[in-house]
Amino acid sequence: MTEAALPAPVAAPSVDRERLAAIGFVLPSFVIIAGVFALPLVLLLGVSIVDANGLTFANYRRLLGTPYYLGVVWNSLRLGLLTTLIAFLISYPAAFALARARGALRSVLLATLFLPLAASVIVKAFAWTILLRSDGIVNETLIALGIIEDPIRMIFTETALIVGAVNIFLPFMILPIYAIVAQLDPRYAEAAATLGASPLVTFVRVILPLTLPGIIAGVALVFSLSVSAYVVPTLLIGEKYPTLATAIAKAYLLAREPGFGAAAGVVLLAIAIAVVAFSARLSREPK
Amino acid sequence: MTRAAIIVCWVMAIGLALFLIAPLLVIAAASFSPTPVFDLPLTGASTRWYGKIGRLDGFWPSLLLSLQIALLSTAISLVCGTLAAIAIARGKLPGANIFATALVSPLMMPGLVLGIALLQGFRAVGFTTPWATLLVAHLVITLPYVARTMIAGLARFDFTLIEAARTLGCTYPGSVLRVMVPALAPSFLIAGIFSFLASFDNYPVSIFLADVRTKTLPIRMLQYIEEAPDPTLAALSTLILSGTVILLFVSDRVVGLHRMAGTSD
Repeated sequence: MTEAALPAPVAAPSVDRERLAAIGFVLPSFVIIAGVFALPLVLLLGVSIVDANGLTFANYRRLLGTPYYLGVVWNSLRLGLLTTLIAFLISYPAAFALARARGALRSVLLATLFLPLAASVIVKAFAWTILLRSDGIVNETLIALGIIEDPIRMIFTETALIVGAVNIFLPFMILPIYAIVAQLDPRYAEAAATLGASPLVTFVRVILPLTLPGIIAGVALVFSLSVSAYVVPTLLIGEKYPTLATAIAKAYLLAREPGFGAAAGVVLLAIAIAVVAFSARLSREPK
Repeated sequence: MTRAAIIVCWVMAIGLALFLIAPLLVIAAASFSPTPVFDLPLTGASTRWYGKIGRLDGFWPSLLLSLQIALLSTAISLVCGTLAAIAIARGKLPGANIFATALVSPLMMPGLVLGIALLQGFRAVGFTTPWATLLVAHLVITLPYVARTMIAGLARFDFTLIEAARTLGCTYPGSVLRVMVPALAPSFLIAGIFSFLASFDNYPVSIFLADVRTKTLPIRMLQYIEEAPDPTLAALSTLILSGTVILLFVSDRVVGLHRMAGTSD
């Protein structure tokens, strides 16, 4: 302490003080992230592998070793994969149109992307339960158009689930793709065409690689959101399509099986981390 | 692009716009339904469901709770997140990049997993007051939004401006207040709105920390939908949606929403 108070070389103490101030500034956030985020996740891992008798992998054996729960894991992955694929197929071409739009049209299209983000997932899922009912608008429209004669059952089917999930997570796909497409220099495509490339070759060899960062970001985001969705499957399909998310909720809120719920949580977390890590690696790779 | 490709792009874009806006229009229309079932197209209009919102079971305590948690957690996160962003932006912090990633990482975590992890964690240390656990949990929900926006905002802020103000006779707190705060006002507003909405809408974390008497509004709403959905719920949703739209519209007038796209880089 006494040495610190002595006159010292000019620069050194000020650097130390600045570093100390910086550490002081991040301390509250560090406490929150470490104490209310990182530590509880570590504890969750612990809960999933420790029971009254010590170390156990029974929860993971039940989750990954019984056909029923393998089906549950597959349901989650299937929901994530289908939602991501369909959202991508719609968003990718739409992003190009959005990037070409000007003036009022562009404002309207952007508003339709941002407005749904402001509405809660519960509200939108609720809207789809109204839309897809047997006497709902979708059925009545199809009957009025003569496409079907009797109402088809849509709510509480996988169709309803996927339609709702695509609807709710679409903005997270198109926004990152649009951000990249909007910056795309049209001269690249022109140069490819001048050099004799067909439109298809231009697309596959020039446009697709240039827009890949946006695709990776959108795909990673939509997959990790939809694979762990809870409200959407609960309201649009219910009990008959159990997912990891609904299994977690059931284990904690109804069955009081924290160990098993924690194991399901760890598996879901591992999927999310794998997606993030994989996408980060993909976008860093030189093209 | 070929002509056919351009047509496909436009068809997709317009279809996508209609598809995205459809549920919001349906909710708004259903809220004026004259009958207790959602008969669409409307055969008349009634505003009686709006009058019934206040009589929903447990509505007022839930609304109050959600507002308290959202406002308080946003306020605390704004202070903590801004301080952390300043330290990260000034570049005097060892391991700043890793810490910046850690700060936004809860955004990529499944909400439900965070919910059960917090439930276990709080139980382990005997911290079980629902109101307080909700507030602390919502700090983790709101902090990443604040950190992300403020780190991006501060990356464009020139810290030598503060030195300049001090050279010109301003005190240090005075220069922060009169130079830095106005320059960062748009970032504060965007961070505040996003973090408020994230907390106000949160279901997957809150559900594990709530109890019978302490239920946030989203929990209450899902319960209404599962028990007995009627147009009252559509009316409530329409009001919340209108409130959000007004909030976004006003902030667009003040700072420009186009900045929101710039916050993600």
